[in-house]
Amino acid sequence: MATDFTWMIGGPQGSGVETAANIFSQVFSKMGYQIFGKREYYSNIKGEHSYFAVRISDEKIRSSVKGTNMLIAFDAETIFRHADDVLENGIIIYDSTLENMRVSDVITFENDFKDRLENLLKSKNKEATVKGMLDLASENGVKVHSVSFRSLLTELSEKLENPRIKNMSRMFNVLGVSLSLGLLMIPSEKLTDSVNSIFSKKKPIAEINVSAANFAYNYAAAKFEHNNLKFATKDIQDNTILVQGYYGTSIGKIISGCRFQSYYPITPATDESNFLETNEILEINEGRPGSTLVVQTEDEISAIGMAIGSSLTGVRSATCTSGPGFALMTECLSWAGINEVPVVITFYQRSGPSTGLPTRHGQDDLLCAINSGVGEFPRIVYASGNVSDSFYDTTQVFNYADIFQVPVIHMLDKFIASSVTTCERFDETKVNIDRGKLLEEITSDNYNRFAHTEDGISPRSKLGLENGIFWNTGDESDTQGHISEDPVNRVEKMDKRQSRLGYILEKIPESEQIIQHSEGDFCIVSWGSTQGPILDAIEMLKNDGIDIGFIEIKLLHPFPKELLKKHLSNSKTIINVEANYDGQLGSLIRQNLEKDPDYYILKFTGRPMTCTEIYDTLKKITNNNAQKREVLTYGA
Amino acid sequence: MVLKVGDFKTDVHNDWCPGCGDFGIVNAIQMALAEMEIPRHQSAIFSGIGCSGKTSHFINVFGVHTLHGRVLTFAQGAKIANPNLEIIAVGGDGDGLGIGAGHFVAAGRRNVDMTYIIFDNAVYGLTKGQASPTLKLGEKTKSLPTPNINYNVNPIGLAIASGFTFVARGYSYDVRQLKDLIVAAVRHKGLAFLDVLQPCPTYNDINTRDWFSGEDRIDETTKKPMPRIYKLEDTDYDPVVHYSDETELNQKKTQAIVKSLEWDSKIPTGIFYKNELITPFTRRLTDKIPNYLENPSALQKISRDGKSITNIDKILDSLNVEKTKNE
Repeated sequence: MATDFTWMIGGPQGSGVETAANIFSQVFSKMGYQIFGKREYYSNIKGEHSYFAVRISDEKIRSSVKGTNMLIAFDAETIFRHADDVLENGIIIYDSTLENMRVSDVITFENDFKDRLENLLKSKNKEATVKGMLDLASENGVKVHSVSFRSLLTELSEKLENPRIKNMSRMFNVLGVSLSLGLLMIPSEKLTDSVNSIFSKKKPIAEINVSAANFAYNYAAAKFEHNNLKFATKDIQDNTILVQGYYGTSIGKIISGCRFQSYYPITPATDESNFLETNEILEINEGRPGSTLVVQTEDEISAIGMAIGSSLTGVRSATCTSGPGFALMTECLSWAGINEVPVVITFYQRSGPSTGLPTRHGQDDLLCAINSGVGEFPRIVYASGNVSDSFYDTTQVFNYADIFQVPVIHMLDKFIASSVTTCERFDETKVNIDRGKLLEEITSDNYNRFAHTEDGISPRSKLGLENGIFWNTGDESDTQGHISEDPVNRVEKMDKRQSRLGYILEKIPESEQIIQHSEGDFCIVSWGSTQGPILDAIEMLKNDGIDIGFIEIKLLHPFPKELLKKHLSNSKTIINVEANYDGQLGSLIRQNLEKDPDYYILKFTGRPMTCTEIYDTLKKITNNNAQKREVLTYGA
Repeated sequence: MVLKVGDFKTDVHNDWCPGCGDFGIVNAIQMALAEMEIPRHQSAIFSGIGCSGKTSHFINVFGVHTLHGRVLTFAQGAKIANPNLEIIAVGGDGDGLGIGAGHFVAAGRRNVDMTYIIFDNAVYGLTKGQASPTLKLGEKTKSLPTPNINYNVNPIGLAIASGFTFVARGYSYDVRQLKDLIVAAVRHKGLAFLDVLQPCPTYNDINTRDWFSGEDRIDETTKKPMPRIYKLEDTDYDPVVHYSDETELNQKKTQAIVKSLEWDSKIPTGIFYKNELITPFTRRLTDKIPNYLENPSALQKISRDGKSITNIDKILDSLNVEKTKNE
C-alpha cells in the first residue's frame, strides 16, 4: 500500500520549528519520498505558536491532508492545539514535564480558542490540562510517547562532559525531530547528513546538534515501543529538487534576465527579494558576471516607481509585494499602463481585508489586481498554481510584459510561498526570452515612441539610446509622448492601448491561458494555488470511480471568455473553488459567461485547503447533498 | 558636434503664466546641459506633477513626466539601472516636500549620483494657489481664504538632515548663477539638491519678484531698493567638507542649517553644503557587486537567440535531493 504520512511539529515562534521540519523533509526526500510541507505562523517574532506539517508519500502529492499521523510537541500549546488532529493509530511524542500544564497557563491563546478548548475537554469529562488532552487522544486510539526533553539534555551534557548543553533548550527542535526518526527507525546516517547540511554554515553548532540528534535518535530507538510503520529507502527519481515555495519565482526571475527588483518588506513577499539579493551575482554563459540589483525602498510606491524607472532604461524590472503594498502601487501602475511600460509585479497574496490575517493564506485580491488603478489601461493578470509552474510562468510574464508593453501582475499567495515541496528540477532549456519590440539601435532621426502601427504596439526605445529620445507623461499624449488633450488623438490613443487586450487573448497560446487538467460532467473551475489540493482530491475520487473535470484559469485578465466557454461546453455542473469569501473568479464567470457556477467551494479561514476537504465536498456534490455554497474550515 | 542651447529646446508650446519664474529655471537647465556638452541621448529630465512637471516637455532630452510626489522614485530607479545617464529630477515644493516628503528623505539616505531641483514658490499654482509646505506660518497669499496655519518646511535644512551631499539655493531671476549652480550640482558626485526660489506671479502676492529685489525697502541714502537676495559666494562662507572628520562635518552641517534660517531681510543663495566624502549609492553598490559600474543592469545581455544566458546550475544543484548542500 502506498505510504501517506503526515508529521507535524509545533512550538513557539523562534524555537526552530522550521529547522526541525527542514531536517525531516531532507531526510525523507533523500530516502526517495515526495514531500509536501506547509508552515503556519502568527504575525509575531517570538513566542506565538507556529507549526510545520510535512506530508510524505511514495506517490506524487501536491497538497496537505486532513489529520496528522505523528505530532511532536515540546510545548503545551502544541498539544492543546493539535492533539485532537492526530488520527487513530497515530503517534504523539511530547515533553513529559508539560503534563500538568493547564489551559489557563498558556498565555498566547486567543480567548475564543481557550473557551472552545475548555468546553471540548469538559464535554469529554477531561481536566483542562495537557494530560487531559492526551487522555482524550489515547481514547481516540493515538499512541502517546512521553520523554523529558530536559533530562535528555542533562544526560547528553554528562555524557559529553559539557555542562553548557544542559541548558540548551533551543535544541528541543532537533531532539524532537530526532526522537521521531528514531521511533520510525529511519537510517540514522540520513539524520546526521541532514543536520550537518542544515547547519553547514556553522561547524561547531552542527557538531553539537549532531550529538543531540544521535542521542535522541538512539533514545527513541531503544526506549520507545515501535509500531509496524516501515519506511523503505527508495530510488530517488532523477532530477528531484526540494524547494521552498518562493524559489519558483525567485529563480524564474534570475533566468528571465530580471536585473532590477525593488521592494518594501511585507509578508509573505519579502523572501523572494531576499533570495535575489543573496544570489545577486550571476553566472553568465560565455560572459562576464551579471547581477540583479535589489533595492529596498522606503515604501511600495517607491518600489514600483523605481522598477518603472529602471524598465525605461530597457532593463527587465520587477517588484514583489502583497495586498497592502499593491494597494499603494496603483497610481504608478496606471502610469505604467498609459506609458506602455513593461513591468512585472509579483503579487504574493495573503488574507485581507486591510492587514487582515497578515501571515495567513488567502486569494482575496484577484479583483483588486484586475481592477485597481486610475482610469482604463491594459494590463495582464496571470496566476500560477504551484511552485514549479511559478518558475516557468515567471519566465513567461516577463515575455508578456515585453511583447505587449504592459504591466503584468503575477498572482501567487502565502500557501505557495511557505510550502516546501519536492518537484522536478526546473528545466532551463524550456525557457525562452522574447523582448518584443525593444530596440537596440535607431538610425532614423524621426523616431516616435508611440507611433501608430498595425498591431497597435510601437517599437520601444530606452533611456540612453541614441536617436531614440522620447517623452513620457501620465497625461494623455501624442505619438512623441508630449501632453495632448486633443479629442481625436485621445480616441486614437485609447484605441491603441485598449485594443491590446484583444491582441493579448489572440497572441498568448491557449495552453498558457487555461489548463484543462481533466474532464467530467462535474467540472471545477479555479485559479492559483488551489491547483494542488484539487488535483489530489480528483485522484482520490478517481479511486472511487468518479471523474471530475478541472479547468485552471491562468490568464485572469484579459479574461479568456470564449476559450473558457469552449472548455466548459461538455460539462453539466460547474464548481467554483477559491480561497476567498465572495467567489471572485465566480463573479468573473458570471460576468463573462452569464452563468452562475452551480456550486462554490470557498475557504477564508486563512488556512490553505486540504485535498481531503475538497474530496469530501466534491463527494457531497456528486451525491447531490451539498449546499450551493460550501465553506471549508479545517486547520489550526 | 558642438551643442548649443537651442539644441536643448523643444517646440512644445510653453503654457506657463507670463512672468512665471519657471522660465528662468528651464533656460538655466538648457544652458547648463549645453555648457557641459552632455549628448542629448545621455541625459534625462524626470519631473513631477504641477506647473514644474511640464519642464521635461520643454527640454530636448529624454523626458519623463511622472506622478505627483514620485519623481525621485522613477529617477533613482533609472539612474541605478543605468549609471551612465545624467539625470536631473525636477518638481514643485508641494510635490517634493508635501506628498513626496518621504521619498525626499529616503533619497538623501541613498545619495544616488544625480540632481534634484525644487521649484519653490510656496503655493500650489496649478490647483489655484493653496498653501504649500514652504509657505510661512500666518501668511495669507492671494487665494487663501484664511492665513496659513502650518509651520513651513525648511528645504535646505531637511536636505542636510536627510543626507543630501550637495545642497544649494538659486533664484530663478538670476539665470547665470542658477546655470552655474546646476552645472556644479550635476558635476557633484552624489545626490545634489537645488532649492530654487521662483516667484509665482499669479498666486503668491507676498514673495514676489519685487519683494525679492527689495522694492519695498528703499535705502534712505542711495534711494535704491535693498535686495533681499545675496550670494554666499560673495561672503567668506565655505560650504565644503574637506576632511573625513566628524568635527568639521558637524560644523559644516550646522552652519548650513543656521544659514538656511535667514529670511525676510537677508536671503542667501549659492552652495550651502557640499560633501563628496560620503560615498554615493553607486559606489556602495560596487562594494557588493564589483563590476556594477562596468556592467550595470542596463548594459547586461540576458539572452542569445531567444535563450537565456544566465546559468542557474549552481543554484539548482544546491537544491538537488541527491546531494547534500555542503558537498
